[in-house]
Amino acid sequence: MSGAIYTRRRLTNGAGLGFAYASMAIGLLGLAWILWTLFYNGLSAFSYDFFFNSTPAPGSADGGMANAIVGSLMMVGFATLVSTPIGILAGIYLAEFGATSKFAAVTRFVTDVMLSAPSIVIGLFVYAIAVATVRHFSGWAGSLALSLIAIPVVVRTTENMLKLVPGSLREAAFALGAPRWKVSLAVTLRAVRGGIVTGVLLAVARIAGETAPLLFTALSNQFFSTDMSQPLANLPVVIYNFAMSPYEDWQHLAWGAAALIALIVLGINLSARILFRNKVQA
Amino acid sequence: MTASVQTPSFTSSARPVLSADAAMPAAAMQVRGLSFFYGKFQGLNDVSLDIARNCVTAFIGPSGCGKSTLLRTFNRMFDLYPGQRAEGEILFNGRNILDPAQDVNLLRARIGMVFQKPTPFPMTIYENIAFGVRLYERLSKAEMDERVEWSLRKAALWEEVKNKLDQSGLSLSGGQQQRLCIARMVAVKPEVLLLDEPTSALDPISTAKIEELVNELKSDYTIAIVTHNMQQAARISDYTAYMYLGELIEFGQTDQIFVKPRKKATEDYITGRFG
Repeated sequence: MSGAIYTRRRLTNGAGLGFAYASMAIGLLGLAWILWTLFYNGLSAFSYDFFFNSTPAPGSADGGMANAIVGSLMMVGFATLVSTPIGILAGIYLAEFGATSKFAAVTRFVTDVMLSAPSIVIGLFVYAIAVATVRHFSGWAGSLALSLIAIPVVVRTTENMLKLVPGSLREAAFALGAPRWKVSLAVTLRAVRGGIVTGVLLAVARIAGETAPLLFTALSNQFFSTDMSQPLANLPVVIYNFAMSPYEDWQHLAWGAAALIALIVLGINLSARILFRNKVQA
Repeated sequence: MTASVQTPSFTSSARPVLSADAAMPAAAMQVRGLSFFYGKFQGLNDVSLDIARNCVTAFIGPSGCGKSTLLRTFNRMFDLYPGQRAEGEILFNGRNILDPAQDVNLLRARIGMVFQKPTPFPMTIYENIAFGVRLYERLSKAEMDERVEWSLRKAALWEEVKNKLDQSGLSLSGGQQQRLCIARMVAVKPEVLLLDEPTSALDPISTAKIEELVNELKSDYTIAIVTHNMQQAARISDYTAYMYLGELIEFGQTDQIFVKPRKKATEDYITGRFG
């Protein structure tokens, strides 16, 4: 065995590993820096007032984010309710008929395009059809825009999960005489329910922080409101407004809201990965 | 002992139907002139034979000879894949099951299949078995309990799982999972059981248990088994078919095939000179 070749291989191996570790460190460093900055500036804004008072007028002391939090919850909640069944059913369709149907190929293409469409474009589209037509901003329009962003995510993850199910499981169900829809829903879907819930949670995490679509649809609201047919306060747009303002207490509140969103998104991602570790049961 | 060879009048080719013996019991399924194509590639070429009722028929041959392909035509599994098609006839209960008018799901409820890889559904053991039964029968809870117990007993699995019917089917060992699949197949009360290399992925003890099972089941069911293991075919089958490159080379009673095969190709394979 040649010592020189072996040594050179070891050096190359070491160099490769070194680059890999360094890149990972740089990436993690970026994440850590962002989180540190957010929490350093924002956690101090958390208080009882923060969660239970509405956005204040400039200069007043005891304002909070209650209306924005509630507004965001309502719009994200409604968008999830709408996008989950549509996304899962479309994902099932693509997984089942994707290979054979021309229509499925088109659907997949459209989904991929929408997945990477700039969210501001989606926001403007919803503005044109749901805001300009009725001449006022509304929470429903905001929800609609968020749904349009969430649906492709759910479709993609559902289809990918279903494709992971081994063909042998499906054949076993067919071999009992089960019709196609039953194999799809009762067996294949069931085998990957963990992975699909993960996909839905990831979609929720994504739309929780989307700002651009809400700028033209839900706008924002200074006061506490649960009326979805009128402009509705929401965390991303309030952050946008407050951060750009010259008032210090507003800026402080914006940091707090940003930290809150970061915590929520982090929390959703972590729980999705921990709770649903086994993506495929087969 | 000579095999009788009949030339049927309804096939266009003059190829004789290989039936094993004048004393062969009634045929549960009759294959006539079956050819199978994967796109342009021909997997089976003009195969004809009878599957005897309440007997075990084994299909042996080297890899790629078409035995699994043949088995999968019996329950029209190939329908799932576009580009695969079969020509010829397979008669089951007097009807040609390759006819497009045949209800495929109903057919598969009458002809069950177990695969090489154990595939329990991601449900409880009870639900695994109830799933198939519920497709075509409406049973009360008590009747379903009874059916589940009956099929688990038939698969020699009842004693091992009777206290954990509500646990996931995936929590069982490989051999137990395969027996669960057999119980699931038997629960819907089919007429014919197709076993595609059922013990290839199992350890010798599980294999022995399943071979014992096949022996018990054959009094109530017609069984067709594909196996790579010649000794297994010799142990458990009544009739054996030797296939090579998509053609049926020889078909006869197991004793005769293994002791005094008629064709040299069969003898070469069986003695291990080839394959």
